[in-house]
Amino acid sequence: MTDAATDLQLMTLDVNGEEHEVLAESRRTLVDVLRHDLRLTGTHVGCEHGICGACTVLVDDRPVRACLMFAAQAEGARIRTVESLSDGTDGCELSDLQQAFSAHHGLQCGFCTPGFLMLAEGFLAERPDASKEEIREVVAANLCRCTGYQTIVEAIDGCAAARRRAGKEK
Amino acid sequence: MKPAPFRYHRARSTEDATRLLAELGADAKVIAGGQSLVAMMNYRLARPAHLVDIGGLRALDHLHTDADGGLHIGALTTHHTVETAPPDVLEPGFGVLRRAMRWIGHLPIRTRGTVGGSLAHADATAEWCLLAVALGAELVAEGPHGRRRIRAEDFFFGYYTTALDPGELLVEVVFPRPAPHAALTEFAERQGDFAIVAAAVDLDAEDGTVRGGRVALGGVAPAPVRVPEAEAVLAGGGTFAECAAAAADASDPPGDANGSPEYRRHLIRTLVQRACEEAMAP
Repeated sequence: MTDAATDLQLMTLDVNGEEHEVLAESRRTLVDVLRHDLRLTGTHVGCEHGICGACTVLVDDRPVRACLMFAAQAEGARIRTVESLSDGTDGCELSDLQQAFSAHHGLQCGFCTPGFLMLAEGFLAERPDASKEEIREVVAANLCRCTGYQTIVEAIDGCAAARRRAGKEK
Repeated sequence: MKPAPFRYHRARSTEDATRLLAELGADAKVIAGGQSLVAMMNYRLARPAHLVDIGGLRALDHLHTDADGGLHIGALTTHHTVETAPPDVLEPGFGVLRRAMRWIGHLPIRTRGTVGGSLAHADATAEWCLLAVALGAELVAEGPHGRRRIRAEDFFFGYYTTALDPGELLVEVVFPRPAPHAALTEFAERQGDFAIVAAAVDLDAEDGTVRGGRVALGGVAPAPVRVPEAEAVLAGGGTFAECAAAAADASDPPGDANGSPEYRRHLIRTLVQRACEEAMAP
């Protein structure tokens, strides 16, 4: 065994507002630490080379591929996964974005959905006034083999429009 | 699909990073955003024994103009930071950089990927490498013997190969003069894919009349190249169509699964003309 084979990192990760201490190999990617060490299996893992977007999470509020980042690189950053979206007393109340995906049939098999949700969550936070064309361009980042994307675009656009209306009423 | 084991080192400063690189030797790789490197490591196309993480060096994350009108971009600045930079930093002289960012991968790649990482990785189709050559950028490297500046045209040696010495760290790229009439455009089968061909131009214009300019291509050679034949057409008062035709005639692009040499020449002609028109668009 070489030195590198036993290179362990003790990391403190801020995930969904909670601090976690993790002891893992340096080569452990963020998505694997989330799923295997923290048992947050909402984040899915697909291609493992940054193409499919199933593992998209927010790092310091920005959507990133959790398979293209070693967990050690995420120390000191705020990580948000799909588990952070739902709310309510039992933690099971879907967020407005999740409800929009449901209402617009923005998912079928659901495998890609956590990635799309976090992509949209990060994008809308930065561009609440995004046009449908911009949304179309952004969702090209992730792969969905069921929906044909149209309903995903409509879900994100619908959620953004509802948030804008709510903002005006306040 | 899992990377081979490696030892992880977190650099505390640029001096610390260059010291680590010198100490660890050829088996060490620098990791910044990791958007190319981690994919290659997951595939085990890259198996560095050591990673030197420079992600915490906030001093390398900056974007500012200097007194001479040049633009300095720190190596750790992300594509997304350039894309969303305040208008007074980039416009009007460097708006081309902002507009070019949409061609780089997708949003979640641009939020992590860095300018310096892209330049040091030196993919033959990379937008930053092409912009650096087209706009006459200078790359600043820091090593055990101090800093040096390398002209972009002397920096890219070929596929994933640059003028950086093993112990050197790319710390900054400098675009020395404004490029108000510049554009980058490219073609890929799907949005966000690697370009099959990319073209960038930086035109010299006075009162709407083009007097000359620089024409550069990506994806047609192991490194981005300037096309003197096409630049001569611009300097001689030729049309954009003539310039584009000269670029296609002068190029000897490779053929591969993404396109034959003839197809790439067709793309060169189309894209150079498109870039010239976009560069002069109001």
